[in-house]
Amino acid sequence: MILIFTEIADGAIKKSSLEAIYYGSKVAEMMGTTATALAIGSADAAELAKAGNYGATKVLHAADAKLANPNSMAYASVLAETVKNTGAKVVVAAKSSFADAVTARAAGALKAAVVGNVTELPNLSNGFQVKVSIFTGKAFADVNVNGDVKILAIKKNVVAPVESSDSASVESISPILADNLFAAKVTETIKATGTISLPEADLVVSGGRGMKGPEHWQPLLDLADALGAATACSKPVSDLDWRPHHEHVGQTGVKVSPNLYIACGISGAIQHLAGVNSSKVLVVINKDPEAPFFKAADYGIVGDVFEVLPKLTKAVLASK
Amino acid sequence: MKILVCISSVPDTTSKISFTDGDTKLNKAGVTYIIGPYDDYALARAVELKEQSGATITVLNVGGADAEPQIRKALAIGADDAIRVDVEPTDSFFVAEQIAAVAKEGNYDLILMGRETSDYNSGVVHGIVGEMLGIPSFSPVMQLDVNGNEASMTREIEGGKEKLTASLPLVLGCQEPIAEWKIPNMRGIMTARTKPLKVIPAAGAALTSTEKYSLPAPKGACKMIPAEEAEKLIELLKTEAKVL
Ligand SMILES: Cc1cc2nc3c(=O)[nH]c(=O)nc-3n(C[C@H](O)[C@H](O)[C@H](O)COP(=O)(O)OP(=O)(O)OC[C@H]3O[C@@H](n4cnc5c(N)ncnc54)[C@H](O)[C@@H]3O)c2cc1C
Repeated sequence: MILIFTEIADGAIKKSSLEAIYYGSKVAEMMGTTATALAIGSADAAELAKAGNYGATKVLHAADAKLANPNSMAYASVLAETVKNTGAKVVVAAKSSFADAVTARAAGALKAAVVGNVTELPNLSNGFQVKVSIFTGKAFADVNVNGDVKILAIKKNVVAPVESSDSASVESISPILADNLFAAKVTETIKATGTISLPEADLVVSGGRGMKGPEHWQPLLDLADALGAATACSKPVSDLDWRPHHEHVGQTGVKVSPNLYIACGISGAIQHLAGVNSSKVLVVINKDPEAPFFKAADYGIVGDVFEVLPKLTKAVLASK
Repeated sequence: MKILVCISSVPDTTSKISFTDGDTKLNKAGVTYIIGPYDDYALARAVELKEQSGATITVLNVGGADAEPQIRKALAIGADDAIRVDVEPTDSFFVAEQIAAVAKEGNYDLILMGRETSDYNSGVVHGIVGEMLGIPSFSPVMQLDVNGNEASMTREIEGGKEKLTASLPLVLGCQEPIAEWKIPNMRGIMTARTKPLKVIPAAGAALTSTEKYSLPAPKGACKMIPAEEAEKLIELLKTEAKVL
């Protein structure tokens, strides 16, 4: 059986986790078995049943009130226990820093092989091999995964799910929750509300030092709004506190692989490219025709962001 | 307080990556190695904690002898002694196993490392170590203070951050802005030469192995759109690239 660690946000399965379920169901097909989603936290049964549209036959739901807030240690304990109880040999998760924290501890408990940034379905012709993205997207490695239990963290956009009308059965589970899993006390949570999650986003508009200062961000926000895109930024921009740190993309920030990444006033340093180079389509707007980012781009506009951005926003709104 | 800082030795972030031996090995020719950028943040914060309230810092690397310049650099920045587990760090679980074995011996209050290495970017070693030691692990931690036996931290979460407290011992995966990278001074470099560096053998076996490497397909040419006709981009994204 293939088990998918499924993340929930606002009562529903996260989009990246639906991709992971679809990926898991494809692996299950290849291995002649079935896919089960493990959902932890409060969620609507009807929402959970949607896992069936993405190929899961069953959803195991741990809804204990203690699990209402994401807690990597408690979730890892539930994951490890579920792997043991179900005899799952392969665990799939959508790569995120939270999923990493969860799968890592589960791997420790299960002595499982764990590989991150998987970019394709496995090759089963000779053992169990996966292609992973390494050096933040600068290269790939074909990795043989040998452990009895294998944990795969997949990158966004590695499969294009085709929804079916199948639904999954939802079964409640009551895992053991030891007190020491709740040893940390969360004293404050600061979360941007009403914005589109950057790691989940299909469309991203990102700004660099060429945006001149936080007070000049409005044209970029307007384009993001018109497109329904998430916003991101380069490292100096978050270092200077022009934008919040969670928007920082690149080698030392969030790695994104959206369908569309629009870079505004970003030079395209190798460390920045490392976080965005697996985007399907890269658009670069920079007033310097020699900016290195153009070499990595699919579409480029040489021009002043403050003149170009409003034109793009207008065109998006006009085409709706 | 006893702090263990785990560092990886990785190609400089500006390195051009290529492979040799029929794409089975990383081409190290002309590649400069550095302390993993995230590990470097962890080290910098450890040195600050030592300066503030006293601590001993042991730096640990799982890797071959070619990582020693990076270990010496960590000693020059402010670690007191070093351990190198003499084996190629090829697999997350395997590396974590080595770290956990050293940690069990040393009874550390804090085990710090980067949130991920900049070669495989897996971000799981800290969690595996925490589980193996039976102590809490948190990542990515962007602020850390220690008061007696209590650590207060800020951790990044999707779309924001959260503040939390927990008792030592802890394993933490660190990222900016936990501290600013430190550059060793002359005195540090001199004293680093004589600080103890212990080399020990590895135990256990890797659960994964890399069979072959490859590079991404080269990008096609960038299609330029004149700024005066910027609105044409939206049309192209719809009809040609089909992403809108
Ligand atoms: C170890 C390490 C890790 C790093 N990690 C990251 C990382 O994760 N992410 C990251 O982003 N960086 C990272 N960096 C930093 C990176 O090297 C660059 O310094 C950074 O990406 C540059 O940011 P920028 O493009 O916003 O600014 P700049 O390089 O200053 O570029 C600004 C650009 O804006 C253009 N511009 C200016 N005005 C306008 C205008 N009016 N209209 C249009 N264009 C305009 C300029 O032509 C220029 O190309 C890292 C560096 C190191 C050493």
